[in-house]
Amino acid sequence: MNSTETKSFGVLTRDLALKIDSIIEKHQSNSTKLIGILLDIQDVVPRQYIPREVAAYVSEKMNIPLSKTYDVISFYAALSDVPRADYIIQLCDSVVCKVTDNTVLLNTITNLLGINEREATADGKYWLEYTPCFGACDISPAIRINGKVYGNLTTEDSIKAALSQYK
Amino acid sequence: MSKTVSFITENFGKYDPYSIDSYLSIGGFTAIKNALAMSSNDIIEIAKKAVVKGRGGAAYDTGRKWSQAASVPGDNKVVICNADEGEPCTFKDRNVIENDPFRLLEGMVIAGYTVGAQNGYIYLREEYRHLRSLIQNAIDQCMEKGYVGDNIMGSDFSFHIHLYSGAGAYVCGEGSTLIESIEGKSGRPRIKPPFIKECGLFLLPTLVNNVETLAIAAAVLQHGVDEYIKYGTPESPGTKIISLAGNVKNPGAYEIPFGLTLREIIYDIGGGIPDGHNLLLFQLGGASGKIGPASIIDTPYTYADLAKQGLVVGSGGVLVVDDRTRVIDFVKSIQDFFIHESCGKCTPCREGNRQIAKIIDRFVAGNPKPDDLNTAERFANIMSNCAFCGLGETAQSALLTAIKHFPQEFDLEEVAVK
Ligand SMILES: Cc1cc2nc3c(=O)[nH]c(=O)nc-3n(C[C@H](O)[C@H](O)[C@H](O)COP(=O)(O)O)c2cc1C
Ligand code: SF4
Ligand code: FES
Repeated sequence: MNSTETKSFGVLTRDLALKIDSIIEKHQSNSTKLIGILLDIQDVVPRQYIPREVAAYVSEKMNIPLSKTYDVISFYAALSDVPRADYIIQLCDSVVCKVTDNTVLLNTITNLLGINEREATADGKYWLEYTPCFGACDISPAIRINGKVYGNLTTEDSIKAALSQYK
Repeated sequence: MSKTVSFITENFGKYDPYSIDSYLSIGGFTAIKNALAMSSNDIIEIAKKAVVKGRGGAAYDTGRKWSQAASVPGDNKVVICNADEGEPCTFKDRNVIENDPFRLLEGMVIAGYTVGAQNGYIYLREEYRHLRSLIQNAIDQCMEKGYVGDNIMGSDFSFHIHLYSGAGAYVCGEGSTLIESIEGKSGRPRIKPPFIKECGLFLLPTLVNNVETLAIAAAVLQHGVDEYIKYGTPESPGTKIISLAGNVKNPGAYEIPFGLTLREIIYDIGGGIPDGHNLLLFQLGGASGKIGPASIIDTPYTYADLAKQGLVVGSGGVLVVDDRTRVIDFVKSIQDFFIHESCGKCTPCREGNRQIAKIIDRFVAGNPKPDDLNTAERFANIMSNCAFCGLGETAQSALLTAIKHFPQEFDLEEVAVK
């Protein structure tokens, strides 16, 4: 892909820049849509984050001060400024999942993948983070993998079954 | 014999939420049709008679809110549907959207017509991103068939609906913060006044309502208010969708008439506590709600009866906790949530939460200092009285009610020997 790189950027390839352009266009270059734009961009950046070059590119394109873009990125939990992974595992650590005992879930994931909270596996496939309640308390304990919810995860087998869909 | 009812939720499972034709085949859009045949005042009178207290948590009377919004001058107003549903142990709005997105849109159109708004915004939490396409599809189909957009059902009323996404911040459920977020900014509450009803989104007069509140409005306009207030009690008429979860056999979102007792909710609807354990406590209204001990389980679920016991309806969450959890660990879990979600704008909440967390950690570890309980209580009260927004005001509800109902858990000597 080196030949299509713009400037000296490692992350912001021409291909990615085009994707970002079309996301911004889809949102009518509307600065009130900054959050939606950044979420959509994060979905198409490898390892699901907003690299600095990308933040700068968006700010410039949309005529928003970089400081404001970073105010948004750093404020919202769903936006990340550090590289994560292909598959983001979000483990709910709020109260319902606690009282329905998410320890098996937590231990199984950390043992299987060998990562702790806010860490990625060496191959860049999986990232683990704790998140507040995502409204799946009726099937707690629960996780999200790339936004998809898996619930009632009380046994090792059920957890392996969920993870096995992301290879 | 089921104790649940089916009024707000009557359409659940009855039609394909991706298909407007399917919705039409079960009588869809009768509510908008009925509303458009009435004056704004008529609808406000109906809303007042229904006595719907806002279902987002603050329990503000909807009829009153609509009447104020209608009388604010301005020919360009906004209706926001609050679908941020960030309160832990709350998932009933998700259920409404998943099963009946068209009724929600009807509720928004009716609200818009009543208060004189041209635009509606749905603020959907990022955690419900899987529902975005369902909602957008419903909006698009309504536009196509003339139930949303210009000259709705041939009338001279026009109303457009836009879908916005949150990005994982509980505080954005607060009205003014939600507005900041839709405007593309980080989520920190605005100072009041000006009140958002006069100067809200894009500086326009703004009405904010919860998903369930809007769904009720549509159901009431469809069937008539008497069909709604025949449920419930004279003081708390109607029905409520609760989110029942935790240590119960049958967790889920259930529509109940006001007036069932907590025992009926937890045992008859929820199936009771699993694995032969005993009820320790329940928390009503999500993480910002208060807790009650098993001894007051025969309290009826109405606004007045719960208030007498120091409890709130709040978001409608009913969290059941059994004796496998220690009270102090429960409190810690709530505290962790608010530390994470405090936006940091004001000192009482930003610092108060951190200092209280240190004290709770010492209780969890069994080595509190002599002054810890007093200090925690004092800080908690300062937060309730001085925090800038509702988050800081209610963050310590669980701690304060835990101290009240379970004083032995905070007794220095008892904690130390444990
Ligand atoms: C920190 C905080 C979070 C809130 N979160 C929500 C929410 O997720 N959904 C909601 O409808 N209301 C939430 N509210 C209440 C709203 O501010 C507002 O009262 C409500 O949306 C108004 O609609 P209603 O009158 O129909 O309830 C929250 C309030 C606070 C202070
Ligand atoms: S009370 Fe908490 S969430 Fe609200 S403004 Fe203050 S710091 Fe922010
Ligand atoms: S508490 Fe875990 S999903 Fe709600």
